[in-house]
Amino acid sequence: MNYQANEKGYYGDFGGAYIPEMLYPNVEELRSKYLDIMNEPSFKEEFDQLLRDYVGRPSPLYYAKRLSKKHNTKVYLKREDLNHTGAHKVNNTIGQILVAKRLGKNRIIAETGAGQHGVATATVCALMGIKCIVYMGEIDIKRQAPNVARMKMLGAEVRAAKSGSKTLKDATNEAIRDWINNPVDTHYIIGSAIGPHPYPDMVTRFQSIISEEIKWQLKEKEGRENPDYVVACIGGGSNAAGTYYHFLEEPKVGIIAVEAAGKGVHSGESAATSQLGKEGIIHGCKTLLMQTTDGQITEPYSISAGLDYPGVGPLHAHLYKTNRGEFYSVTDEDAMAAGLELSQLEGIIPAIESSHALAIFNDKKFAPDDIVVISLSGRGDKDLDTYIDYFKL
Amino acid sequence: MNRINQKLAEDKKLLSLYFTAGYPSLHDTVEIIQNLEQHGVDMIEIGLPFSDPLADGPTIQESSTIALKNGMTTHLLFEQLKDIRKSVNIPLIIMGYFNPMMQYGVEAFCAKCQEIGIDGLIIPDLPVAEYHEHYQEIFEKYGLINVFLITPQTSNERIRFIDSVSNGFIYMVSSASTTGAKSTFGDTQQHYFERIEALQLKNPQIVGFGISNKDTFTQATKNTNGAIIGSAFIKHLTQNGPKGIGDFVKNIR
Repeated sequence: MNYQANEKGYYGDFGGAYIPEMLYPNVEELRSKYLDIMNEPSFKEEFDQLLRDYVGRPSPLYYAKRLSKKHNTKVYLKREDLNHTGAHKVNNTIGQILVAKRLGKNRIIAETGAGQHGVATATVCALMGIKCIVYMGEIDIKRQAPNVARMKMLGAEVRAAKSGSKTLKDATNEAIRDWINNPVDTHYIIGSAIGPHPYPDMVTRFQSIISEEIKWQLKEKEGRENPDYVVACIGGGSNAAGTYYHFLEEPKVGIIAVEAAGKGVHSGESAATSQLGKEGIIHGCKTLLMQTTDGQITEPYSISAGLDYPGVGPLHAHLYKTNRGEFYSVTDEDAMAAGLELSQLEGIIPAIESSHALAIFNDKKFAPDDIVVISLSGRGDKDLDTYIDYFKL
Repeated sequence: MNRINQKLAEDKKLLSLYFTAGYPSLHDTVEIIQNLEQHGVDMIEIGLPFSDPLADGPTIQESSTIALKNGMTTHLLFEQLKDIRKSVNIPLIIMGYFNPMMQYGVEAFCAKCQEIGIDGLIIPDLPVAEYHEHYQEIFEKYGLINVFLITPQTSNERIRFIDSVSNGFIYMVSSASTTGAKSTFGDTQQHYFERIEALQLKNPQIVGFGISNKDTFTQATKNTNGAIIGSAFIKHLTQNGPKGIGDFVKNIR
């Protein structure tokens, strides 16, 4: 089984580039050049240097002793939460800003839901002195005021997406419309492993640093490169794609994906795309998405603003369909409890997205000598208000 | 012969109007179509509303949102149109995004279009290569003309390929934009219209995006076979409903 995108951007049945002709020149320019750019020695050197000196990589692979004891297995946490800007998102924005520079672009656009990708994009634009416009749903702007302030402080312009449901999917639509209207000077930094080819593959490659590091770090600590399981939460699926990447062709490594069940998979308020979605097209990509029987895209729900995307990246749709990945969904309640548990057992307050991955122990029993690597994709600072409300802190 | 091809064979500059099915009111569809034919419009694009219309600007987006809220669905649109050929002979094109068609079933959708008497489809997010590889046979089996878009950024080589796959007309998007963006045409558009005319394509060309009045219609059709008006007509419908279409048409040509 092959888990790489083919040259048309398909992972099995999923992927491709279902875009209006107005976007074709932009996407085609990127498609025809991204691999060459990423393979240039000067690109690799600059990317590696920034990941090391600016982002703070490698991120630690931390043996969580008390958490391991509690769940009677060996748990390692991949600490993406310790990256500059507080999450894995910056791995991708650093990569894409370097691609944009080499394409001669002088204007960057991005979409953001909770604001993490917006902040990571505004950060790299400030770093490179490039103009940055971030689209964000009008409702999310109200919900995520601190991240809006961060983006503004970093010099970005935040534009409200007022169409449709006024959340992440609409912010993505607005960013795509901006790109249609500005085809020459603008690069669109998509924040997840979604969108038309080559985005899912490009974003996955930039995030693959996560699993690349896990391999040598685990070798140092355990004398072997491959864990028994890698676990990650999935919204669009960029941290998961990066966490799985170097293990996809290792059949002995179990791939575990955790989606947000919201108030319950069948409650009508959920973001468990693999359970509730059907094959279709969203944002230029054929994948699994939540939709009505009539093909209208529906609004997902999760307490975590980073997981409430109605689709899932095409790689993950492929992992689901081919049974390469085990998919679980975790409710708000279980995720919040897992976040509290990690805080009190290990002194680490996780992002609520990552708390979903940490809740895997409710659904899956591991053997005492299993090595389980969980991607701690982000830190919880941004979610403090939600934790305060939820736990009445 | 397909009604679109027949109409294109007439020696005139075609006026095609777009409206969103289910807007402003859920059951306006048939009345709007009948009024458009009665007032001498040459072709109609019936918009199948979609929750996430990427290629459209605010006017058409808003009309789609309202149409969906009103209760429009693919099944209902087909139901509304089932007897349409008893009252009109004008070429009818359904314009919509690919996901709702996929969910209906592409072949079932095409079969239904043929049964009703739909002449063609415009699907902005179905790329020409995908169509050519997977769907062209199905569309042709049901006698449907599929219309592709080109833009000022589309290379001549790609235009030639699109021309080779097309069997009705080519939809020339006037500028790099979403729908409803521009109100005047400048030298850039004129050069683009002339460049495409000089390619001597086998398919006629019809211009869309940014046409809202007599001036832009005249300019857009100088080097081409016709023009499509969408957002400006939606605005008219917002204010007037299905009435007064004659006045709107008179202001165009």
